[in-house]
Amino acid sequence: MSKRLRILIAKPGLDGHDRGAKVIARALRDAGMEVIYTGLRQTPEMIVESALQEDVDGVGLSILSGAHMTLVPRVLEELRQAGLAHVKVFVGGIIPDEDVQALQELGVMGIFGPGASTEVVADFVRQQLTEG
Amino acid sequence: MEAAPLIATQALDGNRYALARLISLIEDDGADARAALAALYPRTGQAHVVGVTGAPGTGKSTLVNELAKALRSQDVTVGIVAVDPSSPFTGGALLGDRVRMRDLAGDPGVFIRSMASRGSLGGLARATNDAVKALDAAGFGVVLVETVGAGQAEVDIARTAHTTIVIEAPGLGDEVQALKAGLMEIADVLVVNKADRPGAANTARALEMVINRNSTHGEEGKDTWRPPILQTVALDGSGVPQVLEAIAAHRAHLRASGLWAKREQMRVETELFNVLRQELLDRALARVGEGEIRAWVKRIAAREVDVYAAVQSILDAD
Repeated sequence: MSKRLRILIAKPGLDGHDRGAKVIARALRDAGMEVIYTGLRQTPEMIVESALQEDVDGVGLSILSGAHMTLVPRVLEELRQAGLAHVKVFVGGIIPDEDVQALQELGVMGIFGPGASTEVVADFVRQQLTEG
Repeated sequence: MEAAPLIATQALDGNRYALARLISLIEDDGADARAALAALYPRTGQAHVVGVTGAPGTGKSTLVNELAKALRSQDVTVGIVAVDPSSPFTGGALLGDRVRMRDLAGDPGVFIRSMASRGSLGGLARATNDAVKALDAAGFGVVLVETVGAGQAEVDIARTAHTTIVIEAPGLGDEVQALKAGLMEIADVLVVNKADRPGAANTARALEMVINRNSTHGEEGKDTWRPPILQTVALDGSGVPQVLEAIAAHRAHLRASGLWAKREQMRVETELFNVLRQELLDRALARVGEGEIRAWVKRIAAREVDVYAAVQSILDAD
């Protein structure tokens, strides 16, 4: 039996809009994954501590505030410091094109805009996380 | 760090990631998990295991959050296992208990693990039990196990705790719910949460009546404990100190009456039977093979043979 994928879905930053995060959480659940949903206003430290305790394979960050260039690098750095460099990170939200490449270069495995279909996200996450 | 005994050692030494990995091994139930559990078993038996159960929407996670905060203020470390159901169709699960436990973030004296119920009933009980052992051995003073009180598996898990809290809330058709789920019988502490809402006093009265009627409580094992009925508003923390006092009083009662050891025995017995049952099943299935099982299912469904004769043949096959 293959290991069941565990994913943390978190919303860092201060915007109070978590509909997108919940939609993705449900889509990943429906794709057979165990999704730990942490809710609003998570600091990078809180996200990484949850990822550690829950021993997840991946972390999905929903960011609509425009603060992705500060928040994402901090989450990646905290993950590294916690010995969780193997945990893959994907980002959903409104990310301008010029930032997409920068985030990918930092090691973000996938970036999804508001129009992304939930099936595409789920397939992508599964593929990325099972490839090893 | 994948060598199981090493993970167990590190987890016992306070390495939180090792503890998390250990619980994952336990959930995946392989030889690794067994080796690790054997290594840590002598260190278990210290924690006070408290089950928290009740119907969906009664405020279990919020109360668990408040209880953990109150315990932390008394310098007691807290492990939390929050169990939510897996979808029987996809195997996926949405585990949202952390949303209500935000206050506990960043406290090294707290460790929260969300667990999906996954496949079989027996499997859930085993995995939860073993995760509790891991937290117990890692030194957490109280382990809170939160389950949705909506099925036999969840009731069974709650039953394995030293102290079981059953939560109700006004306006959920609660009296009938509680009776149906068989939850009242296992409650050591009853909490009417959302007590600021209309109907809370009625709910408490209904529970009182059920307890008075419920003469089985106290008969077996000569337990003289009478479950207190407490009202809380978990959202603002009111009533929570009283729940904590009731938990402590129940623990003292178990210790003083010798029931603590008795409950441990009961728990171990249940566990032994569960593991034995599962192990025998696994062995039988391994010997017969999936194809042959499918063939038996077809034959039974076609009325060619009945289920008891089939089981005899499966067991006797060599």
